Amino acid sequence: MAKGRIRAKIRRSGLYTFCVRPQEKHAQEETSLPEGPGFSRIVHCNQPDVHRRKPYRYRANNISTTKYNVLTFIPKGLFEQFRRAANIYFLLAAILSVTSVSPFGSVSMIAPLAIVVGLTMAKEGVEDWRRFMQDMEINNRKVTVHKGDGVFEQFVWQEVVVGDVVKVHKDEFFPADLLLLSSSYEDGICYVETMNLDGETNLKIKRAQEVTLPLDDDAAFKDFQGMIKCEDPNPSLYTFVGNLEYDRQVYPIDPTQVLLRDSKLRNTTYVYGVVIFTGHDSKVMQNATESPSKRSRIEKKMDQIIYILFSVLVLISLISSVGFSIMTKNELPNWWYLRAPDPQGLYDPNNPILSGLFHLVTALILYGYLIPISLYVSIEFVKFLQAYFIDNDINMYHEESGTPARARTSNLNEELGQVDTILSDKTGTLTCNQMDFLKCSIAGVAYGTRPSEVELAAVKQMAAELEGKDPDIPSAGQKSEVELETVITAKDEKDHKHAVKFFGFEDARLLNGNWFKEPNLEVLLLYFRILAVCQSAIPELNEATGLYSYEAESPDENAFLAAAREFGFEFIKRTQSAVIIRERYPNYSEPVEREYKILTLLEFTSKRKRMSVIVRDEDGQILLLCKGADSIIFDRLAKHGKTYLEATTSHLNEYGENGLRTLALAYKKLEEAEYNAWNNEFQKAKSSIGSDRDANLERLSELMEKDLTLVGATAIEDKLQEGVPGCIDKLAQAGLKLWVLTGDKMETAINIGFSCSLLRQGMKQICISTAQMEESANDSKEKWLLYTDQAIKENVLLQITNGSQMIKFEKDPNAAFALIIDGKGLTYALEDDMKFQFLSLAVECASVICCRVSPKQKALVTRLVKEGTGRTTLAIGDGANDVGMIQEADIGVGISGCEGMQAVMASDFAVAQFRFLERLLLVHGHWCYKRIAHMICYFFYKNIVFGLTLFYFEILAAFSGQTIYDDWYSLSFNVVLTSLPVISLGVFEQDVSSDFPALYQQGPRNLFFDWTRILGWMGNGLYTSLVVFFLTIAIFDSHAFRPSGQVADMYVMGTIMFTCIIWAVNCQITLTMSHFTWIQHVLVWGSIAMWYVFITIYGALPLDISGNVYQQFVEILAPATIYWTTTVLVTVLCVGPYFIHMAIQRALNPLDHHIIQEIKYYRKDVEDQTMWHREQSKARTKTKVGFSARVEAKMRQLKTRIQKKQSGSTFPSPASLKS
Amino acid sequence: MNSSGGARKEGGSESSSKKSSKKPKYSRFTQQELPAWKPILTPSWVIGTFIGVALVFIPIGLATLSASGRVVEIIQQYDEDCVPPSYKSNRVAYIESNSTNKTCSTSLIVPKPMKAPVYVYYQLENFYQNHRRYVKSRNDKQLRFKDSANSTKGCDPEATLNNTGPIVPCGLIAWSLFNDTYKFSINSKSLQVSKKGIAWESDQKHKFGSDVYPKNFQSGPFIGGAKLNSSIPLSEQVDLIVWMRTAALPNFRKLYGKIERDLDANQNISVIIQNNYNTYRFGGRKRLVLSTTSWIGGKNEFLGVGYLAVGGISLFLALGFILVYIFKPRVVANSECPSVWS
Repeated sequence: MAKGRIRAKIRRSGLYTFCVRPQEKHAQEETSLPEGPGFSRIVHCNQPDVHRRKPYRYRANNISTTKYNVLTFIPKGLFEQFRRAANIYFLLAAILSVTSVSPFGSVSMIAPLAIVVGLTMAKEGVEDWRRFMQDMEINNRKVTVHKGDGVFEQFVWQEVVVGDVVKVHKDEFFPADLLLLSSSYEDGICYVETMNLDGETNLKIKRAQEVTLPLDDDAAFKDFQGMIKCEDPNPSLYTFVGNLEYDRQVYPIDPTQVLLRDSKLRNTTYVYGVVIFTGHDSKVMQNATESPSKRSRIEKKMDQIIYILFSVLVLISLISSVGFSIMTKNELPNWWYLRAPDPQGLYDPNNPILSGLFHLVTALILYGYLIPISLYVSIEFVKFLQAYFIDNDINMYHEESGTPARARTSNLNEELGQVDTILSDKTGTLTCNQMDFLKCSIAGVAYGTRPSEVELAAVKQMAAELEGKDPDIPSAGQKSEVELETVITAKDEKDHKHAVKFFGFEDARLLNGNWFKEPNLEVLLLYFRILAVCQSAIPELNEATGLYSYEAESPDENAFLAAAREFGFEFIKRTQSAVIIRERYPNYSEPVEREYKILTLLEFTSKRKRMSVIVRDEDGQILLLCKGADSIIFDRLAKHGKTYLEATTSHLNEYGENGLRTLALAYKKLEEAEYNAWNNEFQKAKSSIGSDRDANLERLSELMEKDLTLVGATAIEDKLQEGVPGCIDKLAQAGLKLWVLTGDKMETAINIGFSCSLLRQGMKQICISTAQMEESANDSKEKWLLYTDQAIKENVLLQITNGSQMIKFEKDPNAAFALIIDGKGLTYALEDDMKFQFLSLAVECASVICCRVSPKQKALVTRLVKEGTGRTTLAIGDGANDVGMIQEADIGVGISGCEGMQAVMASDFAVAQFRFLERLLLVHGHWCYKRIAHMICYFFYKNIVFGLTLFYFEILAAFSGQTIYDDWYSLSFNVVLTSLPVISLGVFEQDVSSDFPALYQQGPRNLFFDWTRILGWMGNGLYTSLVVFFLTIAIFDSHAFRPSGQVADMYVMGTIMFTCIIWAVNCQITLTMSHFTWIQHVLVWGSIAMWYVFITIYGALPLDISGNVYQQFVEILAPATIYWTTTVLVTVLCVGPYFIHMAIQRALNPLDHHIIQEIKYYRKDVEDQTMWHREQSKARTKTKVGFSARVEAKMRQLKTRIQKKQSGSTFPSPASLKS
Repeated sequence: MNSSGGARKEGGSESSSKKSSKKPKYSRFTQQELPAWKPILTPSWVIGTFIGVALVFIPIGLATLSASGRVVEIIQQYDEDCVPPSYKSNRVAYIESNSTNKTCSTSLIVPKPMKAPVYVYYQLENFYQNHRRYVKSRNDKQLRFKDSANSTKGCDPEATLNNTGPIVPCGLIAWSLFNDTYKFSINSKSLQVSKKGIAWESDQKHKFGSDVYPKNFQSGPFIGGAKLNSSIPLSEQVDLIVWMRTAALPNFRKLYGKIERDLDANQNISVIIQNNYNTYRFGGRKRLVLSTTSWIGGKNEFLGVGYLAVGGISLFLALGFILVYIFKPRVVANSECPSVWS
């Protein structure tokens, strides 16, 4: 990629030298466009054809992310293949097999290599084809392009050329980087969603140049001409340098006039734009980085095993060649029948060292079976099928968006089963970024009866727990009551779900004008008006429904406006200086439209944490309406404005506990004079230029926003994605740690922490932040001192140490800690000298939430966790801001389904929703891990068995390099005869099929691929090889083996031995498996049957091919009883130890999955439900987060209450259940 | 502010059709829900298996052992005895000399009655018929086809005779053909040794041509082993055919012939051996073996012992596991006892 870019640059700068310079000079006179390479692009607007020709030849708008094309596929693909060390070894072996040094025929060496390389390349080809199809889908999207004469027509994206004028409609993506000319709005603005670029969901405003505003209909482009001179393609999303020459004038272009490819037009009916950068030149494509190739832990360990086996290979080859040299020197002169030396010097007693060296090569090839070439291809194939299952899992299919899960790379499947820490983005991943107005507190009265998701989940869980866990405590009546409660709430939810977007409020006291009957009418009115007026949104009338929807900066505002509308205060219009509210009073039949003059608007910033408007209502009264974070508002209340403070505070706490986002609303009445005096100063400050302008404005706002009167508070539910709390709970039960990394504010992040049960009341929060320090610094005289970097850093360190101390001295074993750190604190915490302290604190905490983190910090945190703990990390996110994290983590998961593709493109797996992570990890990950682990162990086992028998025979054949097996046996051993069962193990094995989160820990703890297990399998291989070889030898040595007196020759012996190996390894794999569908049966028993079919057919082939085994099975072996009895004896002896090991393990030291298998086997789950539930709940890892933990705390509470009440036979009321 | 409504509608329908096509199709296979047999090792399975193995293996072991016990085998080493005392210190010179008398006689006593057919073997030791150079040194094509006499690939150094053309059969294996002969007699009545059926039928029929005759064989400067009658086709040269089935191990027996007559106990068989084959140079031994066979072939105690041992161990293990389950019971399907969930 980088190379290509450099080359492109050179090419374009060359272009510049030849033809562009004169014009550039001319332009230079009037503008300040930087000169030189990097700023050479020229676009002739509306003259697309010009750019097709020299000297421009800009890249077309089609994109290609494929690795190969038709021509380069073979050479490049082959090159990629032979970059693998193992393949080089096999290639060398294949080349040498043509010489006389080789112990095998050349076909048997070349054929498997060709198959392996061929298959892998075919896989590459298929994957590349998919990428190609994906590219084609994008390239063939439609866009309206100016064809000439003011006529626009639909074209596909790839036909768009630089200089084209395109018209993009609402909710369409921009096909290329465009210069905005005009929009459906008169002032040429348009709203753009840049989620694909930076992950931000809020809309950005782009503004066209005034000079191009008249170009606002199709016909206007008939004679449109202009020239753009600008920078060369580059990846910087936020800068743009260029000029537009139009009507003999030069206008500078700034980034707000540039619409970037892959961002989306929103809220604007259409825009016109000129194409500046196309295809790979566009900023987003320039930003694309190739995702780093990742390898799973198992695969890395497999490499180590291969090194071990390679050492064994070299060792036995050396033994073999030394033995050969000694034999050659000392014995060969006496072995007259060999007629040594031979002319080639392969058997030269006079030069045994040279012969030994030749033999070394022979031996290296001969024992190559220890490192099976087929291992790679089998693993590739298995992973491909595993990925197929992931892709096709209907449980991970998202119905609404129509997105299935995708395993974008198949080589990390088993890594999914070893994840220790999940790092998750928040917005778009955990939450849908949709806020619902759920509850409110007005004048100290709490309204809103709908439970939040957290409450709901807790109630449900509690009901389930009551049922399953303690069958003795709740009587039948209690149970049914709990059930009833659950049913009611569930039904409730179904009925009202999505009735009104952004509005989940439910309370008869306020809705349908009933609020009029409430006391404190005055305050209610004020409350609704604050909701409706104190905002910065734009209303938009949906003509079909007659309803207004709002385009707001933040989704919270949307919720407020929706709420205001539902309460009867509908915001319908915003003018430059006023907002118009249509107010509906129950006692009037007609709504009243009221205009509120906006005098001043004090904007919301994350620092201020509040927003205010100063308005004059129709009565001429000046009001300051304010909404903001509760702590901020509470600090600014007037003495007489605290009437409702106490009640509101308690409501706010409750809301917070239920996972809702809260804001407080307040107002103050202003006198005309008071306002004017302030406004004068404010206007002055506003128009001043200088370094203290901001500070001045800040001070003035501060002056105005005080002495407020509290009206009430809002509680908004940041809608979690479906099933998020449940999924987090399951993941926590599986022992996974979840870190949330979000760009949001600390408060928001904490709220979300609550709503998805990562945080709960009673959890000790360790907040590390620089904010409180800055605040305190404000009051301090030594402000300058505290502000130094060093001081802040020390402070952060202090906070970290304090946190660690706190955990260290905690006595309560059930205590849980949560670490919340903000971006700035993180900057220091991530520095080299502090990061490990930070990490060790974070690891101790049950939940970690990092807020206000930049995309880069996300990646850094991920790296810290990955490298610091040495555990497997998984990063999940949906936006471009998560790309760094996704690429950095061991496994990157992208949220697909929503429109953003950046994260998905960088990811290894794509799921539509966070909740699918549960199935992806706990089911697929767990299975894949076990499958691959078993498969690799078994693979080495079977090849050790085979390879070592070759070595033993060597010793008995004077180290001469002769094999006892026919070449074709050896060849088909890995390819045909034993490959299918092991593939079925790798694809279909399941230990238990139900969801048992606790079993997942077997992966992170790596129970199935640790060295004891690997060495155990190797030992088993050694044992089996010894049994097979020496037992066969012992039985068939010299005696006749048939009633007709014949003895076994070398080839007969080889076939017998091979039969034993086939039986032994296939029986071994059946013992390894615990799940037999018909496929396994067919493949395992079929492989054994295949062997007999194979030797029958092979023996029947013409002598040229079958040679020494001609008719061997049919004529010689099959009639010999001893052949069959030997097979049985050897097989039983080979698998015996493993069987005994299994029986002992089950009897004395069973693993978790063994017990679950037993329960299933005895159908206890069906017969004894109580017991099954008990086991199920026991099968969870004790967890400190997730709602299970939360419920557990409540359960204790509840139980005591029930016990108390039981004598009086009063049941817990639903209210107490929920509280 | 209007336009494009139609275009977007189209887009909508397009995406909905895409939706349905992307949905994975349900099948038990793709959802990994195929019905499956999920056996697990319960105590009864474990004990049952061991007892089952014991029940099957012990009878087979006994049967095999008894069959092996019925086989009567006479083994007589003769390489030492057949060297005249004067050559004892220089056996190689004796065997390599053309002028020495290679005839030697010995006698065998039949220990038990031997039922016909009695198979006659010669047994060579420390002879590496499995050496790679040796194994490769043949050409199957030449052995089969009359016209392929010239295909002597791999036969060096016994491929062609200087100037006179290819050697048939070529290669070291054929060249080193065993050439000791035995003549048996009881009470000076000679015992016929039949060579019929000692080679594999397929070898005789298909591997060695019935119209291929030995040519230039053993005519070179070095004489290896036996000469072949050049008027008999290869398919009839059974000794060669047997010899060309190279043995797997450096100690091996090969069928020499069979005596189609019962031999009684204590009969004294005198054997006249032509002790031609040079095993003295590589320190190999030669033996003459007479053996009857049973359904398991020759005398083979190992197999029976193996079966009995495995059967016995299984029985023992079955008992062991029964004791384990009695004294250290773990209620299956119950996680209470071992705290595995911790």
